[in-house]
Amino acid sequence: MNIDKKIVDDLVANDVSFVTTVPCKQLAGVIDEVEKRDEIFHIPSNKEDEGMGLCAGAYMGGKRPMIIMQNTALGVTLNTLATLTQFYRMPLPMLISYRGELREPVACQVEMAVHTKALLAQLNIPTYHFHWQKDVEEFDNILKYTFMCNKPVAILTDANFWGGYGDQ
Amino acid sequence: MIRSEILREIAPIIRDHLVVCNIGLPSQELHMIDDQPTNFYMLGTMGLSSSIGFGLALAQDKAVISIDGDGSVLTNLGTLPTIANNPTGNYTLLIIDNGSYGSTGDQPTYAGKKTSLTAVAKACGCENVIEVQDKDLGPVLQEAIDSDEMTIIVCKCDSGNIKLPVITLDPVVIRHRFMEAVKA
Repeated sequence: MNIDKKIVDDLVANDVSFVTTVPCKQLAGVIDEVEKRDEIFHIPSNKEDEGMGLCAGAYMGGKRPMIIMQNTALGVTLNTLATLTQFYRMPLPMLISYRGELREPVACQVEMAVHTKALLAQLNIPTYHFHWQKDVEEFDNILKYTFMCNKPVAILTDANFWGGYGDQ
Repeated sequence: MIRSEILREIAPIIRDHLVVCNIGLPSQELHMIDDQPTNFYMLGTMGLSSSIGFGLALAQDKAVISIDGDGSVLTNLGTLPTIANNPTGNYTLLIIDNGSYGSTGDQPTYAGKKTSLTAVAKACGCENVIEVQDKDLGPVLQEAIDSDEMTIIVCKCDSGNIKLPVITLDPVVIRHRFMEAVKA
């Protein structure tokens, strides 16, 4: 299974047509796939809170948005999640590379990984963790759930899910 | 002129358009001067007025004006390259540049010192950047809205605030009526 293609197929099937991204090595394939699709407007952001602002505007303009980002940036988005996305009750699927988890080669990444689920739990953000490739089967349901409840929803995707980093 | 005087002057120009208004006093002033369902008032999230308005402009065809401040743009400087590289003609960014953080007690910003947001916007790749003095804003803003080119306006003005109450509208109400106005 090509998980990049499966994820973007699910986005298109759920009418997600506005995607902003801040890159991560693990997310390179899915970002490439987003860029390729005519059904999706892809706009890279310089920072994740900026991206969430773009998504809020796109949602109010009638589009279904999504952000693709790293968990290391969660800290800079907490205020935006609380005072914009949640306060105004807007849906936002967040496809997040879960750096610092199993098969992570960079020690510093672990320092935010140990806080990631706690921060999301503190914000009452529904959170799903993809560890095995088959976990991607849930993605379609998660998108439907997000746009049903009008909340930000986190999908954490670790290195094992993306197939690791190869020989290191 | 101070910001509230500028908002009073441009209210008839922006009334029929989608407006995303910056957190704090700018939203409170616009709400008091001319509350419209086409106004999206930011109650939090300093810095994102330009981003929210830009996302809205990209998602649909109606004209959108983001009212921002110099302090807020400095908070989210990354917005300018994003706007510059994805231009859309229905978007106008109005930066009311009074050189101070008005809502927090008029502490000076760097935009009131050495930093020129006009030059920054140009350096970021924005092609249509106009710096204007407060008294001359009206016609410039009208032209920006009417034109098919995306425009960034940096309106230089005095710092100063008026006393007024906070907005007590529920955020979901603000968002809902705004989305209905977008669809109308």
